[in-house]
Amino acid sequence: MPDPAYRAPPPGALRVEPLGEVTAIFDRRSVQTHLVVSPMPEILEAMGAGDCDAATLAARLAARFDFDGAADVGAILTERLDELAALGLVERA
Amino acid sequence: MRHSTRIAVGPVQFRIGSDWAAPIAALDRLYAGYPKDEARPADATVRLFAARPWRRWLRPSVHIGGDFVVPDALPLPLSMGLLAAEMGMNLQIALGWRRHMLLHASAVAHGGRALIMSGESGSGKSTLAALLGEGDWRLMGDEFTLIDPAGGDALAFPRAVSLKNEAIAEVAARVDAARLGPLLAGTPKGDIRHLIPRADAIAAMHEPARPALLLFPRFGGEAAIEPMAEGEAFVRLTEASTNYVALGEAGFAALTRLVRETPAFGISYPDSAAGIALVEQLWADAAR
Repeated sequence: MPDPAYRAPPPGALRVEPLGEVTAIFDRRSVQTHLVVSPMPEILEAMGAGDCDAATLAARLAARFDFDGAADVGAILTERLDELAALGLVERA
Repeated sequence: MRHSTRIAVGPVQFRIGSDWAAPIAALDRLYAGYPKDEARPADATVRLFAARPWRRWLRPSVHIGGDFVVPDALPLPLSMGLLAAEMGMNLQIALGWRRHMLLHASAVAHGGRALIMSGESGSGKSTLAALLGEGDWRLMGDEFTLIDPAGGDALAFPRAVSLKNEAIAEVAARVDAARLGPLLAGTPKGDIRHLIPRADAIAAMHEPARPALLLFPRFGGEAAIEPMAEGEAFVRLTEASTNYVALGEAGFAALTRLVRETPAFGISYPDSAAGIALVEQLWADAAR
């Protein structure tokens, strides 16, 4: 099965405010506040404008996180993307 | 309404109507020192009314009405009309106010900077604010603090302080009896007695203060101070705000700014003297 692709929110949809260990995200579309911790803000930032799957995301995040050659990075990122989708912050493309 | 009065508390102009004279007379006495502007339109209306017209005489019980109502609020006996008025005023503001972010918190100011204390009923936030307000501090409010979403300043809402149970004797020992309302014994919230804020606090009620310290007091246990991370303070204050959701992004912006710019601590304290000592200690650091 190919990696599912996800779509980041359109530009300006989110207001992101880091508050120490957590990051508060205001979603202007749903008028909801979400509190997330790392790596969620980094994932949202790395997704960019187009559709993005876990493998692409892993390649982009490798520059910021030391994955140390772990084999299951893709599966873990897919889980996080599914959680972001459940919050309505990203959607399945 | 047969009887009515107007009261300005901070930025809010109330119009309070009642089927009976007694609650209005009690309010007029508590709020005699507050500015009056009969021409200004009311921001919030509170109505105290009898369930049936004849019940006004037979077994008087007070229902609370206004722009917003809580359908299952119990009627109160007429002897508690003052409490009914207070509950009605709180309700209209908690549900209806949109111009500022409303925090369920007490506040005092010193040198143009505000100490904001948020906590559940029983945390002692009201008693601490009342006691500090009898010292070097300006009482801004014992129940609600307003935050200006644009500039971030705290605005006062110095309604008459609602002293409960043990706090009544503690505060009554320090103030002129003329500043105390009647004892309302055995209300659903215990014994209640209102304290009229000092005249200087009422005169200064339109002066904003810059938030400088956020405290989350907890009454009971040994004296302790626990620094609170921005994220936890944010979550607690969203819970303490009655209109955070209604304000949308303006509320989000105001609250993220408040917790980012203001140091926050949880404090535990066994008695008021210990609580005040902790407050003064933290203030000395924060106000530097």
